[in-house]
Amino acid sequence: MTAENFPSKIPSGKRIATGIALLVIGLLMSLFFLPGTETGQTATFGLNLSSSAAILLPDMTLPVQASLYVLVLIVVFMGAFHMARGIRSPGALFGIVAFCFVAAFLIWATRGRSLSLIGMLTSSLVRATPIALAALCGVISERAAVVNIGIEGIMLIAAEASVVTASLSDSLYLGLLVGILSGALVAAFHAWLVIRFKVDQIVSGVAINIFATGATSFLSSKYLQHQSDLLNNSGTFPIISIPLLSKIPIIGPIFFENNLIVYLMMIIVIVMHIVLYYTPWGLRTRAVGEHPKAADTLGINVYFMRYVNVIIGGMIAGLGGAYFTLGSVGRFDEVMTAGKGFIGLAAMIFGNWNPLGAFTSSLIFGFADSLQVKMQILKVPIPSSILGMAPYIVTMIVLTGLVGKATPPAADGQPYEK
Amino acid sequence: MSAKEKTEKTETRPKSEKNRSQAFWQSLLVPLLAVFTGLVIGGIVIAATDKGVAAAFVNFSANPLGIFPAIWKAVITAYGALFYGSLGSPRELIEGFRVYQTSGDKALLLKAIYPFTESLVTATPYIFAGLAVAVGFRCGLFNIGAEGQFFMGALGSAFVGYSLIGLPWFIHLPLAILGGAVAGALWGAIPGYLKAKFGAHEVVNTIMMNWIAFRLSDWLLTGPMKASGFRPVTPNIQPAAELPRFFPDPLRFNWGFVLALVVAWLVYWFLFKTTLGFEIRAVGANPDGAKYAGMSVTRNFVLVMTLSGALAGLAGASQVLGVDHWVGQGFSAGYGFDSIALALLGKSHPVGVVLAALLFGVLRSGATRMQSLAGIPIDIISIIQGLVIIFVAAPAIIRWIYRIRVSEQETILTRGWGK
Repeated sequence: MTAENFPSKIPSGKRIATGIALLVIGLLMSLFFLPGTETGQTATFGLNLSSSAAILLPDMTLPVQASLYVLVLIVVFMGAFHMARGIRSPGALFGIVAFCFVAAFLIWATRGRSLSLIGMLTSSLVRATPIALAALCGVISERAAVVNIGIEGIMLIAAEASVVTASLSDSLYLGLLVGILSGALVAAFHAWLVIRFKVDQIVSGVAINIFATGATSFLSSKYLQHQSDLLNNSGTFPIISIPLLSKIPIIGPIFFENNLIVYLMMIIVIVMHIVLYYTPWGLRTRAVGEHPKAADTLGINVYFMRYVNVIIGGMIAGLGGAYFTLGSVGRFDEVMTAGKGFIGLAAMIFGNWNPLGAFTSSLIFGFADSLQVKMQILKVPIPSSILGMAPYIVTMIVLTGLVGKATPPAADGQPYEK
Repeated sequence: MSAKEKTEKTETRPKSEKNRSQAFWQSLLVPLLAVFTGLVIGGIVIAATDKGVAAAFVNFSANPLGIFPAIWKAVITAYGALFYGSLGSPRELIEGFRVYQTSGDKALLLKAIYPFTESLVTATPYIFAGLAVAVGFRCGLFNIGAEGQFFMGALGSAFVGYSLIGLPWFIHLPLAILGGAVAGALWGAIPGYLKAKFGAHEVVNTIMMNWIAFRLSDWLLTGPMKASGFRPVTPNIQPAAELPRFFPDPLRFNWGFVLALVVAWLVYWFLFKTTLGFEIRAVGANPDGAKYAGMSVTRNFVLVMTLSGALAGLAGASQVLGVDHWVGQGFSAGYGFDSIALALLGKSHPVGVVLAALLFGVLRSGATRMQSLAGIPIDIISIIQGLVIIFVAAPAIIRWIYRIRVSEQETILTRGWGK
């Protein structure tokens, strides 16, 4: 709305307001973080996941007060500079300030102790996986102009279907397959409702969510809880270390020591990027999402493209659902997705409806999530439930669009009538 | 006025009235069929997961006709328990009334009306919450956050209810109700403001506000608002803040229900009889047109989300002040999603919402009974609700199933992202 035509020159009033806000943030940082520290205190960040890594990196030890001063100064400088000259890219401005704030927070929380930075980044990627898969599901279906708010429900159904199949058949791969297929099925139902019957896309998604919550909880309390050994005990995918690549310091343990679903997620990100931007199929998909009438005139079957893309999206969301059970805990709990599908939608918007962006923003959410857990371990004097709000608040800030301009596909959410 | 004109008028009037009543019944047709179809499919689920039916299927080769009585028994047991648990039995009612007339003993009569009053008690927060979502729909906004607003409203009214001591009821009770409305309004206003100012989609934001409300309540109930003792619950509210009950315990039927009906009427009056209400509906029908006519779309977004949040907050307040008298964790199970179903089923009209809320009150309150009597998890109601929403939102499916040939004007409820 307001961000639609970003002026090339930022009006000075707005610039000064933002600058003052940054100065206030810097002030708050120094007020909040500095008093608790002592001179000579250090914070240690581990850079190795395990002590048996091929190349051991020395731990990063930072002097707490000096680092905090530097970070506060950077923020204050950014504020002053923005006031005086104006920084064109709001994304860069926000990014640097956010980085300084998070770094200051981490250093403050780890003062006098040590924290495995690599462990935290690894768990960020793992926690980002279901969010990224939900976001990718959103990207592929919304690129074809079908809004799918039912991702949360699709993931719940897939989570339950995959764990039950895997427990009964003793095969994780079969479970994964059934999870993906159940996702495809629910997505096909959504597509059928919104394309064939032109149901309001958001209403249909909400209905799917309610139905999925009800159905999975119903089956869970009717069967899974009574025979949990037989039906709800699948085990999880083992962690696979990729030879050579996993030996690279820092990058290796984060990206190349994961389970199957995390690898699949990363592969899907790359494949979807290539398909969307470098293949005729991707061009058609985007055409259908931007201007279906023109696409139709050129002989593209709009309905067919929408059906297929929504169903592919459902398969990706199904994979995300399987992650909750087969990739994570090996057990289904009621409403275990806990809003991840919706956070995925926010990641999709923040990522500007493209796969790489969606993946990157999912990583930010994953980081916020794992930060919260780490803070509980470090016994930061903030209640865990307050820290637990972080991912949701980040989502809301992201959605304001202050951080970067996001443009949805032009025909997003509109049914197509010939 | 000439005689000719007069006759014409008298001729046309009954016709239009007839059309109107016909239109009225037609507008009821789809929701009723949607509920009916939802119940039928729910029955199929019940039968499919029933042990007796499964046993009959095992014996299929020996007794192929045995499955029909088994299915019948499973469904009748379940729905019988559902309606017995929510409406009571007529026999008990007549018996209770007879005893009351002959001996003046009210005990049996009260026991007989207990299930029905419980349904009304369950329906009370539904009326508020359904209105909350309906008001949003009227402005083209989709408030999925009634759940969080409900919870915040409950906490707000509980706080006012227990922290102020020594006030007379006619001050304390309105204050407590207001506390709930304000807390809910705040929770709704934030997504409304973000929508108006930044175009951030309210669907995602209200869901985020739900999760924030849960985390916040976790903290409040284990910290600042915790009563002394082990359990994470608030202290009991003062008696002066309670909504008075009509009958002695254990009947919990209270003035909250009357308040809900009054508020429903107020919402009707506001939406259809005031300029502001007209503006809201105009924005909902066509934001571009409304903007062109000089109405502030963004201001209406904030206003409606605030109002919607306040109504959902009142739902929480009515539950705390009238029924529970304290708030604990997991207090508002599923009101947010239920209220969407209510608003859709009631076609976003206050009268429709009240009727739908009564229906849901009956279903929900009976489902508890069904769970204990027939062993069917309460979540079956969510399944039925999900189906009802789909059917109401897609009348085409209902028409397709029942081969009805009626063209109905379809309303757009929501729009794409940030438009």
